[in-house]
Amino acid sequence: MLGFPILSLMLAVPLVAAFICLLVNAQMARTVALAATLANFVLGVVLWCQFDVGGAQWQFQESKELFSGFAWKLGIDGIALLLIMLSVFLMPICILASQGIEKRVGEYMAAFLVMETLMIGVFAAQDLFLFYIFFEAGLIPMYLIIGVWGGAERIYASYKFFLYTLLGSVLMLIAMIWMVQEAGTTDIPALMAYDFPVDAQQWLWLAFFASFAVKMPMWPVHTWLPDAHVQAPTAGSVILAGVLLKMGGYGFIRFSLPMFPQASADFVWLVYWLSMIAVVVTSLIALVQHDMKKLIAYSSVAHMAIVTVGLFAFNTQGLEGAMIVMLSHGLVSGALFLCVGVIYDRLHTREIERYGGLSINMPKYALFFMLFTMASIGLPATGGFVGEFLALAGIYQQSSLVAFVAATGIILGAGYMLYLYRRICFGDHKNADAAAMPDLNLREWAMLAPIAAAVLWMGVYPETFLAPMRGDIRYVETRLAAAKPTGDAQLTAGKPAARQDHAQHGGAH
Amino acid sequence: MDPILLIVFLPLLAAIIGGLGNRALGNTAVKTLTTGALFLACGLSWPIFLGFVAGLSHEYTVSVLQWVQSGSLKFDWAFRVDTLTAIMLVVVTTVSALVHLYSWGYMDEDPDQPRFFAYLSLFTFAMLMLVTADNLVQMFFGWEGVGLASYLLIGFWFKKPSASAAAIKAFVVNRVGDLGFMLGIFGTFLVFNTVSIPEILVRAPAMAGSTIHFLGGEWDTMTILSILLFIGAMGKSAQLGLHTWLPDAMEGPTPVSALIHAATMVTAGVFMVCRLSPMFQTSPVAMDVVTYVGAATLLFAATIGTTQWDIKRVIAYSTCSQLGYMFVAAGVGAPGAAMFHLFTHAFFKALLFLGAGSVIHAMHHEQDMRFYGGLRKHIPLTFWAMMAGTLAITGVGIVDVVGLAGFYSKDSILEAAYASHSVAGSFGFWMGIIAALLTSFYSWRLMFLTFWGKPRWDQSEHVQRAVHDHHHGHGHAHGADGTAGYHPHESPLSMLIPLGLLSLGAVISGFLFHHEFISAGTGYFWQGSVTFSEELIHRMHGVPTWVKWAPFGVMITGLGIAWYGYIANPGFPAKFAGAIKPIYTFVYNKWFFDELYDRIFVRPGFWLGDKFWKLGDIGVIDRFGPNGSAWVVAQGSRLASKLQTGFLYSYALVMLLGLTAAITWVLVH
Repeated sequence: MLGFPILSLMLAVPLVAAFICLLVNAQMARTVALAATLANFVLGVVLWCQFDVGGAQWQFQESKELFSGFAWKLGIDGIALLLIMLSVFLMPICILASQGIEKRVGEYMAAFLVMETLMIGVFAAQDLFLFYIFFEAGLIPMYLIIGVWGGAERIYASYKFFLYTLLGSVLMLIAMIWMVQEAGTTDIPALMAYDFPVDAQQWLWLAFFASFAVKMPMWPVHTWLPDAHVQAPTAGSVILAGVLLKMGGYGFIRFSLPMFPQASADFVWLVYWLSMIAVVVTSLIALVQHDMKKLIAYSSVAHMAIVTVGLFAFNTQGLEGAMIVMLSHGLVSGALFLCVGVIYDRLHTREIERYGGLSINMPKYALFFMLFTMASIGLPATGGFVGEFLALAGIYQQSSLVAFVAATGIILGAGYMLYLYRRICFGDHKNADAAAMPDLNLREWAMLAPIAAAVLWMGVYPETFLAPMRGDIRYVETRLAAAKPTGDAQLTAGKPAARQDHAQHGGAH
Repeated sequence: MDPILLIVFLPLLAAIIGGLGNRALGNTAVKTLTTGALFLACGLSWPIFLGFVAGLSHEYTVSVLQWVQSGSLKFDWAFRVDTLTAIMLVVVTTVSALVHLYSWGYMDEDPDQPRFFAYLSLFTFAMLMLVTADNLVQMFFGWEGVGLASYLLIGFWFKKPSASAAAIKAFVVNRVGDLGFMLGIFGTFLVFNTVSIPEILVRAPAMAGSTIHFLGGEWDTMTILSILLFIGAMGKSAQLGLHTWLPDAMEGPTPVSALIHAATMVTAGVFMVCRLSPMFQTSPVAMDVVTYVGAATLLFAATIGTTQWDIKRVIAYSTCSQLGYMFVAAGVGAPGAAMFHLFTHAFFKALLFLGAGSVIHAMHHEQDMRFYGGLRKHIPLTFWAMMAGTLAITGVGIVDVVGLAGFYSKDSILEAAYASHSVAGSFGFWMGIIAALLTSFYSWRLMFLTFWGKPRWDQSEHVQRAVHDHHHGHGHAHGADGTAGYHPHESPLSMLIPLGLLSLGAVISGFLFHHEFISAGTGYFWQGSVTFSEELIHRMHGVPTWVKWAPFGVMITGLGIAWYGYIANPGFPAKFAGAIKPIYTFVYNKWFFDELYDRIFVRPGFWLGDKFWKLGDIGVIDRFGPNGSAWVVAQGSRLASKLQTGFLYSYALVMLLGLTAAITWVLVH
């Protein structure tokens, strides 16, 4: 443990930098933002190094009573640690990707920095209402980023985002008030251990579900995502796909599952069916997209459905797999949006048909894009595989049907991603302007290479990422144990004697 | 360092350095590096294999790094070396090294050579990971890795639309099989609580006869697990139903076809079934499924092979058919015979593909056999290599005396099928006999069309273009002899040496190793790495004489028909095809599988995607969701006219009001 409140510091650094950015000129703001996010990344690395894997469940705890019932309480477990690392890892890359922004640079950088504070706050908060503030306020900078620096349809997109989110957050807040009333505490660890009355759990679960399902997003409340992604600037898309979507999954694993285990078991059918529909429907929709960002946005919905089936598999493989899919998808979809951004910066269109043959003039770009395409498809040795494999292995133990339908995503995913790759990188040159685009520059290389390294690391040695959360997953599992539904396999014992004599190691005599 | 680690990781290292170094290192450096790494790996592999042949080696496992540990699901990056692996090691590294060498000549004019060689080495690495896997997930890693390399190499000439389409098709069709493989792994983990292959094989017999529910139905546990895994094998080994990608994969450069789509990757399915043979043995139903699928494929592919004009496609269908033979052997409980055919087939099929590549090279990229003819005198060395390959695949040899590679391995499969005394085995036997006739016919048809007769090159656009380029300035030199004035040249030494070495393999590999692979009393060789019952071997040797001679008979018949149709009476095939027009059209169009799949999968997929998007997302969800509620809000609050600009603040306000309410609530109580 450290001698200073590192979590508060990690919240403060971007916030202070945000104020500075508002005061200085454009070039200075870019530098300040990059320096602050890098500093926070370094703090994140320190945090991880100091994190005691296999030690206490909650570490780096800070607590300060503000006024009755409301406290500045921070603290992390392994799950939160990994998601904080994802946020601080992606932030400097987002700032690098935003070097081309010319409009109101100071405000833009400030919005991103405030968002970093709020994202870390979501994962670090240990007070229910503190969590709520971070969770809901985190979307305000995103509205601004889409609404001010977005594309032509930005107003419609941010308004859609708003409508969906409002519905969920109101219900969640009401549920939170009831919970605090019932349990008499706003402390999240205490609430996780509290056994809510079984008849109330279903209502509470549904209220939280309304909020998390929108954030996730699950079918059919996903339609804000493609619009938001299409309109957001590149870095906005990276953060949206990379971190904001993970808040839904984090919500399930932190609140819905451990706090309402019985209701989670009662509603598995709902989660399973919505997820199965999402995998098939959104994958097919991705297949027919003409807009690169929309295609990747729809693919995100399909991937997040793998997360939800993994979370509601009620076993270690499912939960750990879902977490790894979240981390890997955060990196990979972020990287894919960066790949889109690289060519968007050059040609100013997201129309897939305008490109073609980029392997000829942009071989380095084609290599990175291929790597991230394969990671998105879930090729072994990338993080996507480890996550999907574990999540599906987990759900198979509950329901072979759900596993089967969710696994068709591996076929459809290969279809739409390779079709995208073919139209952009393969073939001969179609347009002179696309053919004249230069290959990656040093800045772009510096954005993509670290993500590539992380994706491969996660695929080859995922233990680095599995170890910190092992104990926390086990805790969630013990909370779920009593409510766990039985799997549909119904395996009976074998009758081995009949064929033992036949052909066993016959050649070995 | 254990040699197995060098064998596996040298190609990876070469691929990474060569691929990333690319133009900075230059053609020669990358080619030398990758080819050198492969020859080194090959040199290290043969002693391992010969050690098992001599009965001196024993299986061992080298564990390198923990991969995943999630609850009770644990697996490592680990390398298992036993007889089965040793066989695959020599097949993979030998063919790969020779293909690397061959590509020096074949790809000489390509502007993108470092990338090509890096892909080849990457493929070899993935294949070696597959064959050395000690758990199912690492096997799946190799499985997907070879799929990736295959995708990259089929689409190597990515500017060609047909090449990138074929690459996607190969990947996606294989993924259908992979879905089965993955579900099979999940089921295996559910039942045995492990994915370690040795442990599964030990525990499998105890689960025979148990039942499990899958997709709502009740199944015999070992049957459903084996069939799911076998679906994976069907995809990779291009068996009936999931075969459609293999002919299209011929879009890749010919050395790729030889290495990946003939000798190694496509045999991965056979390898998997043999590796898991103790598991498959526990389910007679699964074994029958393997036999029937193999038998159906071997006949189906052979019929198509008789009608194709593209030299590479004939060999591709021939590969598909030969893989069917291997599955029949595995299905009737003779994995030793399956592995033997895999072993010999690797040599003679790689030889045929590389020989075809040499012909294509000589004919300026013309692949249509209708525009060949009379090449025997122009490229004699290629001709003799192809001759060795043809004699090997058709199984020339004298029973109980001596023969070429295919003679030993194919005949042992047919004998095993006959000796199994099962309905499935008999089906496999008769299909195999008919297909052996067709094999002989299409192989000799290929030889006669290519090397015999009069030149028919003047019709070829490729040849015309070559002639045009050469004789530019002094008019068109149309020869009356059908050559169009074109002179095919024999390939360079870098291509001829691999042809020579593979010819040697095609001639002697059967004779040299048939004792170890398919004879009784060779337990010291197999060491239980596959189940091969001594009893079946004895029955194989005791089959009636007519069974032993039947393959020879149909081989001669096929040769005779081909001779009649393409040498003695060249007008006959067209007349015959005309007489059975509907059947010919059906077979020539590959039984219309592509058209069928296009209608029932591809087009409906796109159609559904479009409907889900425009009718579902936009037409229903958006219309009645956000847009609908916006309409309600707009109607209800005409006073608040500034909806677009006010929403952010109203949102913040709602949030703050809510929070205030919450805190008040807490304070009051």
